[in-house]
Amino acid sequence: MAEINLLEAIRQGIDEMMAHDPGVFILGEDVGKRGGVFRVTEGLMDKYGAQRVIDSPLAESVIVGACIGAALNDTRPIAEIQFADFIHPAFNQIVSEAARMRYRSNGDWGVPLVIRAPYGGGIHGALYHSQSIEAFFAHVPGLKVVAPSTPYDAKGLIKSAIEDPDPVLFLEHKKTYRLIKGQVPDHDYRVPIGKAEVKRPGDDITLIAYGLMLHFCLEAAQVLAGDGVSVEVLDLRSLRPLDTEAILGSVRKTGKALVVHEDNLTGGFGGEISALISEHAFEHLDGPVMRLAGPDVPAMPFAKPLEDAFMPSPEKIVAALRKLAAY
Amino acid sequence: MAKANSTAEPKTVNNHHPDLAHEDPEKLKYYYYMMLLLRRFEERTSEMYVKAKIGGYCHLNLGEEATIVGLMAALTPDDYIFTNYREHGYILARGVAPGPIMAELFGKETGVSRGRGGSMHLFDREANFMGGYAIVGGQVPLAVGAAYALRYQEKPGVVIAQGGDATTNIGAWYESLNLAKLYKCPVLFFVVNNGYGMGTSVEAGSSEPDLWKKGCAFRIHGERIDGTDVLAVRDAVKRLRDKAEAEGEPALLDVVSFRFRGHSVIDADRYRDADFVRQGRNQNDPVQNFGAQLLEARVVDDAWIRTTAERVDREVQEAIDFANNSPDPDPKDMYTFMYATPVPNIPGPEEAIAAYKINKGEF
Repeated sequence: MAEINLLEAIRQGIDEMMAHDPGVFILGEDVGKRGGVFRVTEGLMDKYGAQRVIDSPLAESVIVGACIGAALNDTRPIAEIQFADFIHPAFNQIVSEAARMRYRSNGDWGVPLVIRAPYGGGIHGALYHSQSIEAFFAHVPGLKVVAPSTPYDAKGLIKSAIEDPDPVLFLEHKKTYRLIKGQVPDHDYRVPIGKAEVKRPGDDITLIAYGLMLHFCLEAAQVLAGDGVSVEVLDLRSLRPLDTEAILGSVRKTGKALVVHEDNLTGGFGGEISALISEHAFEHLDGPVMRLAGPDVPAMPFAKPLEDAFMPSPEKIVAALRKLAAY
Repeated sequence: MAKANSTAEPKTVNNHHPDLAHEDPEKLKYYYYMMLLLRRFEERTSEMYVKAKIGGYCHLNLGEEATIVGLMAALTPDDYIFTNYREHGYILARGVAPGPIMAELFGKETGVSRGRGGSMHLFDREANFMGGYAIVGGQVPLAVGAAYALRYQEKPGVVIAQGGDATTNIGAWYESLNLAKLYKCPVLFFVVNNGYGMGTSVEAGSSEPDLWKKGCAFRIHGERIDGTDVLAVRDAVKRLRDKAEAEGEPALLDVVSFRFRGHSVIDADRYRDADFVRQGRNQNDPVQNFGAQLLEARVVDDAWIRTTAERVDREVQEAIDFANNSPDPDPKDMYTFMYATPVPNIPGPEEAIAAYKINKGEF
């Protein structure tokens, strides 16, 4: 066991998979010589060569598109999108091509592709370097979308994603990269895609989150414990496929649910979870399913007071939990 | 040779007329047979569309027979083909049986994509036919990636990134050319230049209407080819294909052909002058012209032309019969092939059948 940060966990996972499978290669902007803008792929070019850790041109559509084509042809590419905000030129390739390939070819061809995308705010990235993109892609059948929040999960999930025979969008919250540290075992392990995990058990309220927000939720749950309210914190880890049993099982126990995400509220992923609970656990509810999310503004503003106002925080979560507890 | 429109300057085409005497007569006869098969297949497809056997959006290769058969004649079984949505002829000429192709157009379970794709999304794994793609330019980055994977795995073969003239205006096309050259991908950008992107002429849509020149910014060799001459297409593709395979040198082929009809079966083609279309069809009919060439060179005689026409008519009729007699896809398969491995919370056959029965008023 060693304590490493989330970024190192992802790098270790990729490194071990590349050592194990020569079909795995990385294509992305500045992933090679520079080691990635966040240095997730640092050292991998030296270890595996420029043929396997490839500095691409600044062209997201073909980064993802070429990886799809290569995945069709018996390799396992990892496409890195430098910031999740830049993924939109590749939207067509991801949604129209990668997600549909197995279905339209009747299982003849699949796309074993991982698209890594650093997302999220609270890092003064402003309008084009702070976005959360999960709702766009979790909407798409044929894709898998994961968003780990701990080093253990990140390493286990990146390995599962690389091995997966279908396309996986792997979301990495930028603020967790170096902030979040945790124990990661030395032995080879996987975290299955599609499985949520209770990160803190509780009885009174179910608090559902992923990525950076999971950590804010854990802080808030600790505060609520001081109020005598027992909060269960559920880390989704995967958004598609969604672990509906874990969500419904927890809510049936607690009778109350709050969903937290940084992406803006309207049409956000919290709406899906809320609908799921209303539809399948209605008779267990003792209060409305609540959502705490980023505000409906076009993008994350730059100035600190505005960014602070945008970001859900442990304090905001505490306030929402207290409201729900009192309901 | 084909013109882009009635007012444009005649296009400079790499015309060449190989001496038929030096050709294998059996191959020449096969090219004629295959071009005629494409012609009849598409004519009967149009007829089946009018009879409502085929629905949706349907684009024909009428007039492009030499372009397609010439291309396929130059490829090897190792090669991969990505095309746009006007692809019936490509999969036929690649050697896939007409029956499952027609069945796919009918939306039948026996179709090459088991009724999931239809006209614009034909697929065949055995033939390395990687699909028709109905978003313009969607297939081009994929083709480059498939070519990269060939190189990466040191496998033989090249990849064809077929597209229309209007595809050369899409951003992803340029990204793909750049990557192909940078990474020495064995890929040919095979641009079928029939002069029109739907109803917009090449001149109206591309600031550089000489499409073969569009590779120069990427140091990619480009050339214009007479797409109505099956041997010219075959020879150009063969030469550039072999270079791509041996040297990882991509190339851009601007293959000028003539679209006999509107953009799709239901397009009235009002944007083209009727006289221009009539004249174009008379002068640029690749099947008729090649047949006349073969007769003149005494490679074939009238009787052979007649029996070949009968054979093709019969084969296309058999394809139609096969499609007509094939079962529809089963609604229970709605959720099949979503993912390779079991995934939680995916509805199954029961849900699909229930939804189908409700629609039929059976619940």
